[in-house]
Amino acid sequence: MRIREAIERIRQMLKKEFIQTLRDPHTRWLLFGPALIQMFIFGYAATMEIKHVSLAVLDRDNTQESRELISHFSASRYFRITKYVSERDELREGIDRGDFLLAVEIDSGFAQRLRNGQGASVQVIVDSSNSNTALVAIGYLSQVGGTFAQQYQIDRIGRIVPQMAPFVPQVDLEARPWFNEGLLSEWYFVPGVIGNLMLILIMNLTAFAVVREREIGTLEQVMVTPIRRWEFILGKTVPFFLIGCFDATMLTLVGTLWFGVPLRGHIAVLALGVMVFLLAALGLGLLLSTLAKTQQQSMITAFFFTMPMTSLSGFGTPISSMPLFFQRLSYFNPLRHVVLILRSIFLKGVGLEVLWPDMLLMACFAFLMLSVSILRFRKSLE
Amino acid sequence: MSWTRIVAITRKEVLQIVRDPRSLLIILVIPLVQLLIFGYAVNLDVKHVPLCIYDRDGTQISQDFLKHFQATDYFNIVRLSNSYPDVVRNIDHGVCSVALVVPPQFAEDLHSTGRASVQAILDASDSNSASIGLGYAQAITQTYSSEIQIAWQLERGLAVGAPNVTFAPRTWFNEDLESMADLVPGVVAMVMAVVGAFLTSLTIAREWERGTMEQLISTPVGKLEIQIGKLFPYFVIGITDTAICAGTAVSWFGVPFRGSWLVLFGCSMLFLIVVLSLGYFISVTAKSQLGACQMALLATFLPTFLLSGFIFPIDQMPVVVQWVTAVLPARYYVSILRNVFLKGSEIGLLAPDIAALAAIAAVLVILATRSFRKRLA
Repeated sequence: MRIREAIERIRQMLKKEFIQTLRDPHTRWLLFGPALIQMFIFGYAATMEIKHVSLAVLDRDNTQESRELISHFSASRYFRITKYVSERDELREGIDRGDFLLAVEIDSGFAQRLRNGQGASVQVIVDSSNSNTALVAIGYLSQVGGTFAQQYQIDRIGRIVPQMAPFVPQVDLEARPWFNEGLLSEWYFVPGVIGNLMLILIMNLTAFAVVREREIGTLEQVMVTPIRRWEFILGKTVPFFLIGCFDATMLTLVGTLWFGVPLRGHIAVLALGVMVFLLAALGLGLLLSTLAKTQQQSMITAFFFTMPMTSLSGFGTPISSMPLFFQRLSYFNPLRHVVLILRSIFLKGVGLEVLWPDMLLMACFAFLMLSVSILRFRKSLE
Repeated sequence: MSWTRIVAITRKEVLQIVRDPRSLLIILVIPLVQLLIFGYAVNLDVKHVPLCIYDRDGTQISQDFLKHFQATDYFNIVRLSNSYPDVVRNIDHGVCSVALVVPPQFAEDLHSTGRASVQAILDASDSNSASIGLGYAQAITQTYSSEIQIAWQLERGLAVGAPNVTFAPRTWFNEDLESMADLVPGVVAMVMAVVGAFLTSLTIAREWERGTMEQLISTPVGKLEIQIGKLFPYFVIGITDTAICAGTAVSWFGVPFRGSWLVLFGCSMLFLIVVLSLGYFISVTAKSQLGACQMALLATFLPTFLLSGFIFPIDQMPVVVQWVTAVLPARYYVSILRNVFLKGSEIGLLAPDIAALAAIAAVLVILATRSFRKRLA
């Protein structure tokens, strides 16, 4: 009998929450609009790949060799020659104005040194005001230089001793990009975006929902009803859990159908991962709501946690490149685990046999957050 | 317009801010946390790529080739596999992101035919690291190739020598290629977007939600006075945050500052006017704090983070997205900041960006002023 009453109270509470959340067209839109827009921006705009770096050339040697080197640049998809200049000053000014990012200056004597079997050095000015692009461009440069030198050497040997040319030793590297054969950025970003958006949306919604009642004063009204505390907490969290599930489904559909990201793993494992993560996000949101008195506080605190969590999740930059301390710290970040889980299920197609440690850590985090926040929450209501 | 009324509104707003010291503290600490993360933790430069090696040849020559991967900072050999399934497992479990498989007849092939190929299996689920890692591996392989070619020539007494091409890159503006240096402008812009749009979007929405807007409307204060009075305190907070950010970046992290502080603060004020007006406009339209802050996030923080060229280079985006970035104030602001910090550009070079920013500011100020009605419902 008492159980039936409890179920009835929770049902009423859920009804109120759903009406409150879905009543306003503004709020209704908020539940999926921003997430969709962000998904599209990430899918289209976020690319770490760097192609067609603009380049200017000053060829003072003007020999067959120097022209050959330049043609290696124009043939590479990494570079785009935007200007051929004849004065050194033009290179400097162009870099200053940002007309091109690289200025290559081939000195006279370039070909002569190569013919003597010596190393020839080429001066390059790199605009490094974007250090990442600059680094990548420098890497491409040495690749172009290496290919050119190899070919030049083999050609020369071919000219001196044609019969031996095919035996010049050379090691090739055969690249086999697994899981993302075309090295597409959207395949890399889309699974991670789902995790990020879930965190931001669910954590914020949960934190807001409770604080809002407190701020407007309706919390007291709810508390005078016969509802029990845990029933109240359940009523507050279940709707957001369901909304989170709905959004995750929607984003997964957009990712797979629109952006063509493959879903190679089992959908049940994906669902499990997302749900465990949603619990973690709910727990965090509830905890925040016990820490905040106003909606502004809850929002700013949420933001304060979101930024480092995103930065240290391996979503945009690899965790293996971080200092050891931060690598260890990231184990406490549920977002790190869910990004890895999502990426692994979508692209690698692996299952629980590989992902169980991350699932477990995430579940522990969810359990911890939920219990701490429920304990604190009960106190804050009394 | 009355000065006293503006001051009164400002005073009320300041009181409200000061009564919530935690929010204020967090707002002032956020830039520091961001700088710490970008300074110490997040590195856009990919290094120590975990590498797994499966040497099926096991000769002196194959070992010699693989030694080249040991000696570099770019790779970190984490596993020596002895079977193919083991390689697959390591990649699947994410133990390594690159695996090199040396074929069984590597040394023999190299000796008899001159050609040998090594397989590089990449975990391309992280496509960025994979392609950078591949680049490193290719460079190392090339170096190895030219080394054995020289040895080969010497053995046969050929006088070809070692003609090779090296590039001597001189990096301008950010000589040490510190990613910190070019992330700072982005961090400044992001923090300002948060302060400006987040906080202000809440101020008006809060008054509507709590019902205090009615009280404000019944006073003789004019709508322009409300706008100026309400925004001024946030303007001060925003400028303080800029100073904290720029000061810490320069004095603690050693980011070069080559331009003029006057230009920095002038442009920051302009950008603040933009985000504050945007936040104000949003809060007037949204009328609920949840809606206001979500819209603010969408309108300012995200474009600043994703589309301003702060992390993802604009010229690599699809053309349509590039057009979209043309109306984004953050894009111009980040570009100005980068120029001011690293290039020390003169004002002449910055003029187009400043003009664009000013134009956007003008439009938004008008929009914000018009949107507010001193009326109920």
